[in-house]
Amino acid sequence: MSTPDTSASAAPSTARTRARVRLTETLELDTRLLGMIGAFVLVAVVFNVLTDGRFLTPRNIFNLTIQTVSVAIMATGMVFVIVTRHIDLSVGALLATCSAVMAMMQTAWLPQLLGLPLGHPLIPWLAIGAGILTGALVGAFQGYLSGYLLIPAFIVTLGGLLVWRNVAWYLTNGQTIGPLDQTFQMFGGINGTMGEFWSWVVGILATLAALASLWAKRRDKQRHDFPVKPIWAECALGAIIAGAILGFIAVLNSYQVPAARLRREFEARGEVMPEGFTAGYGLPFSVLLLIMVAIVMTVVARRTALGRYIFATGGNPQAAELSGINTRLLTVKVFAIMGVLCAISAVVASARLTNHSNDIGTLDELRVIAAAVIGGTALAGGIGTIYGAILGALIMQSLQSGMAMVGVDAPLQNIVVGSVLVLAVLIDIIYRRRTGRG
Amino acid sequence: MTATPLVEMRNISISFGGVQAVDDVSIDLYPGEVVGLLGHNGAGKSTLIKILSGAYKADSGEILIDGKPALIDNPRDARAYNIETIHQTLALADNLPAPANLFLGRELRTMFGFLDDSRMESETRKIMARLNPNFKKVADPVSALSGGQRQSVAIARAVYFNARILIMDEPTAALGVHETKMVADLIMELKAQGLGIFLISHDTREMMALCDRVSVMKNGQLIGTERVGDVTEDDILSMIIMGKKAEQAA
Repeated sequence: MSTPDTSASAAPSTARTRARVRLTETLELDTRLLGMIGAFVLVAVVFNVLTDGRFLTPRNIFNLTIQTVSVAIMATGMVFVIVTRHIDLSVGALLATCSAVMAMMQTAWLPQLLGLPLGHPLIPWLAIGAGILTGALVGAFQGYLSGYLLIPAFIVTLGGLLVWRNVAWYLTNGQTIGPLDQTFQMFGGINGTMGEFWSWVVGILATLAALASLWAKRRDKQRHDFPVKPIWAECALGAIIAGAILGFIAVLNSYQVPAARLRREFEARGEVMPEGFTAGYGLPFSVLLLIMVAIVMTVVARRTALGRYIFATGGNPQAAELSGINTRLLTVKVFAIMGVLCAISAVVASARLTNHSNDIGTLDELRVIAAAVIGGTALAGGIGTIYGAILGALIMQSLQSGMAMVGVDAPLQNIVVGSVLVLAVLIDIIYRRRTGRG
Repeated sequence: MTATPLVEMRNISISFGGVQAVDDVSIDLYPGEVVGLLGHNGAGKSTLIKILSGAYKADSGEILIDGKPALIDNPRDARAYNIETIHQTLALADNLPAPANLFLGRELRTMFGFLDDSRMESETRKIMARLNPNFKKVADPVSALSGGQRQSVAIARAVYFNARILIMDEPTAALGVHETKMVADLIMELKAQGLGIFLISHDTREMMALCDRVSVMKNGQLIGTERVGDVTEDDILSMIIMGKKAEQAA
């Protein structure tokens, strides 16, 4: 049952493009990933020129990463939602509800109802647990409404957008709740960084893990007699990955903590700051959290049956059903994952502000969906990557803060971001048509 | 035949919004037998067979497997009875490569419970080498495959898991002459291995060549079941068109 292969790819026009295609194929690099990194580099370089070199400073890169975390965490979950042909418009509102629950736990419910004194070491963790449970339950409930009662997810979560935004309001009487627990605030970014030494430790461990996984993949392929990349390509890829990780750590480490703040920290410990003492911020815990979320979500997407079913259902729901996949329960799981990620983002977002405010997460649903879509997630379902969504969030945030640094008018900023979203999808459609994928 | 039938579908009825798609139909299937289902579009063949494969649930009637009543509520139940189906639409997730489709819902796992993609790929290469030696694009999404290659992925999925009962809904509709011949050879091979096969097709001549018995349906009702040796192609055609059994030659 074979037919001659008719889908011969369109011949590249010049020898040079052919060589380039062969190079990316040898390295087995995802051309879409390269495209997105290219777009990000372009944005960064252009703004760096426009701001006379202020865009690509350790300080700004540090700020850019911590501003991206909250949206990026939710965007990884939005990938699953959109891949299964759903949408979640309630993520910003659900973030607010989770944030409100956690803020009230810390400042009112645990101290007043359970009698835990403010500052008790259990408070932040109990609060985070309650927030994550809230996110999971609300997400699962919305998934149930959509998966079992067959209300379109668009409607369920459009309703949810209003409901959860205002549940948060009720929980807090519309007040700003703060200051949040000191330990809790460590997840916010600048208030919780690892310092230079531990940042290097994490960076080196991450590099070793990445190289080990490259090596394990190669061994696995050899064991099954599949073709493997030439060893130089493997080494080049390893070097790029190691360089990227360690370079990122070096940049974060070179952002210096202000001397005044260091002096206060020494004074708090009853010591005197030595002359000429400096310290870099290093890796923020919030960024470490995003990295861990990204790894877990990527493993789920690629290495587990759940991920396989998510993509199969997105590609062909009837086929998934006929293969014995319980697509209704799958919808519940996907929305529950989205809910948990909203709760994790709520930790980061409220910790960054050091309080819960009534408008926290407003319009985040649009940023999150835009990040996933700019990152190559197809609204038709079945296609999307976790790293793409994170890069999408980073590109959006770079545009936004770059324009703010250049002094572009606020309305014009939004006009540009909106246009970029539409343009990114157009480019993606053209790319897919050319390569015949998807 | 005195042996217990592999499958008996008794008095099956199902309706969709007032339309009686299958009306009190009874058919059976013995091991090592090919039973063809014939009839116009909308006669109820695919619907009947989808009840057996768990895609639809009958309003009334019962299914017996090996003489024992079987509860088939969904495709998972059907698979548990070793009933495999090649759907007319192929039911492939176009965005995934052949191994992911072949093992969809029954993935091979590593000892840690993760997907064992390498083993699934190597198993796919093995079975495809047997079914379709020209099949090479194991890593590409099946949307990049030709009609015949997609068909062979769907067939491989049904054959790989030791099916006892195989349902083939229009398996040759999208195929050329050469490929149709390969499917016919495969059917004969599986039949020799003792599988029971329900075959749906519009091609009466092909059915006369491949099947042991044919059942003809019209407007949701069973017109009759005949051994192919006892009737001519014209008899079958008149059953399909007229909706009644041919006059028995005196």
